[in-house]
Amino acid sequence: MGKTIIEKIIARHCREKVTPGKVVWVDIDLRTARDFGGANVVENFRRNYHEDRVADAAKTFFAFDCVAPANNIPYANNQQICRDFAQQQGIKVFDVDQGIGSHILIDKGLCLPGYIAVGTDSHLNLLGALGALGQGMGDVDIAFAFKTGKTWFEVPETIKVVVKGKLSPPVSAKDLTLAVLKRLGSKGALGKAIEFCGEAIDSLSLDGRITLASMVTEMGGIVGFITPNQEVLAYCRARAGKEDIEAITADPDAHYCQTIDIDISGLKPQISLPYYPSKVANVDEVEGERVNSIFLGSCTNGRWEDFKMVAFILKGKKVHEGVMFKAVPSTREVYGRLLKKGLADVLFDAGVILTSSGCGGCASGQVGMTGEGEVQLSTGNRNFKGKQGAGKTFLVSPATAAVSALYGKITSPDKV
Amino acid sequence: MKRPILLKGRAWALRDEKGRAIDDIDTDQIYHNAHLAITELEKMGRFALGNLPGWEDFPQKARPGDILVVGQNFGAGSSRQQAVDCFRSLGIALIMGESFGAIYKRNAINSGFPLMVCSGIISQSGKVDSGNILEVNLSTGEVFNHTTGKKIEGGERFSQVQMDIYQAGNLFEYGKTILP
Repeated sequence: MGKTIIEKIIARHCREKVTPGKVVWVDIDLRTARDFGGANVVENFRRNYHEDRVADAAKTFFAFDCVAPANNIPYANNQQICRDFAQQQGIKVFDVDQGIGSHILIDKGLCLPGYIAVGTDSHLNLLGALGALGQGMGDVDIAFAFKTGKTWFEVPETIKVVVKGKLSPPVSAKDLTLAVLKRLGSKGALGKAIEFCGEAIDSLSLDGRITLASMVTEMGGIVGFITPNQEVLAYCRARAGKEDIEAITADPDAHYCQTIDIDISGLKPQISLPYYPSKVANVDEVEGERVNSIFLGSCTNGRWEDFKMVAFILKGKKVHEGVMFKAVPSTREVYGRLLKKGLADVLFDAGVILTSSGCGGCASGQVGMTGEGEVQLSTGNRNFKGKQGAGKTFLVSPATAAVSALYGKITSPDKV
Repeated sequence: MKRPILLKGRAWALRDEKGRAIDDIDTDQIYHNAHLAITELEKMGRFALGNLPGWEDFPQKARPGDILVVGQNFGAGSSRQQAVDCFRSLGIALIMGESFGAIYKRNAINSGFPLMVCSGIISQSGKVDSGNILEVNLSTGEVFNHTTGKKIEGGERFSQVQMDIYQAGNLFEYGKTILP
């Protein structure tokens, strides 16, 4: 019997036979901790291993992206605990200026197709966009991984999701993602891996693949793989500075526990209603609702392509009076490009609040929480009640966010 | 040091004000991100379920040894260990649920905190209500409701790795026994 992608990746990292349902021990390529959870990882490490060294400092990283730079003393303390530990251990820190850790792993060429990476970030599985197994874990797991370089996995079954049809702007990867989430629901992939394929998936850019892979968490899934195309492989080769990088593909006779076909022909812009990411509707079903604030950013939609789309829509125009438009690039690299290529000017002139990179309002609200009664459109991945404040959050694409910002109310970008 | 296989305790059934099981409870409802900078276990209990409407007073009502009964996809969302640790902090003995978020389940297993899948336990009426006394066998998956006098079907016995880590205490202790 053939193997799925996750079975192959796990098999390359362990010395046992790999079958779904079996618990195996794997060697991990990369382990990371953030400012969120990082101090707990250090505490767990010290309590259990005292002055021991980590298994391999070169494969271990900290990335501070949740509250960056710290705006409160507990977070500042926790970041400093991580810095001190990193210095003792010789671990590289991507500090508060660098942006979202999972994106840094991709853009610095640290994570490559077929790798296993774990970290204290439940969206680390967005590395599935490279055909890599990323997995968010708690601080016990990560402290153990720091020390041993290993973790246990129960090999999951895989669902094959075939997405047919073509995306036509302004419908974007985010709309496709929300359409898939609507179909699967919050528990549709619970405890399982996904392999995405089909015409619509093949044509996604790296940024679009990241958007889709990042929201597998909201489908309950372990990870969603998108087999890298030549463009993605070229990106990985350039960033890693090495040539021998290949995609891991599923065998033609691999076993899937379920196959789901989705046709996105004629798909309209999508929106998640409060307070569940999977509560997805067409934007035009809620059109006209007043909007107080916009958040552009997050590991789902904080990349260059997302900002380019927003700048294209806002160019020469003004955000509607009374609408706060907060924009947080995912990484310092994206931030730098915005400044150097003139997009920062476009956003500034339109009235956008552009800040340094990180998770922004999507995590602990380093950039703007919502107040009671406030309606926020976010390009992020979660809108759980209370997560980003007392207001109501809708999840949308960058294009829907930008067009709605101009009108001060929820507006479908295909109307303008 | 063997930890108990039979657990007996008072149940809390996580239902809403209309008596329906609450599914998809995310980690921000269990333990809000406003308290994430806390690293001491004893300080976490007071925030358990603090952002779940109708259950904000759970830390005052819960007693050590109680059993929490939840619906589907409990612990969806972030990877925060505190969403498990806040219940350990309160001395909760066991969480029984119809299904759990994947990361949440791992976090519980790795801390040696008992968590059992039991299909239909809360969505099907008559199986368990808050205040009932449950007796649960972690190694066979047998569940008995002493208040109703009825056996509850659907309990899934601990997997081997879950039992091994539970008996060792946590992942760290277990790791010392199996890795060089």
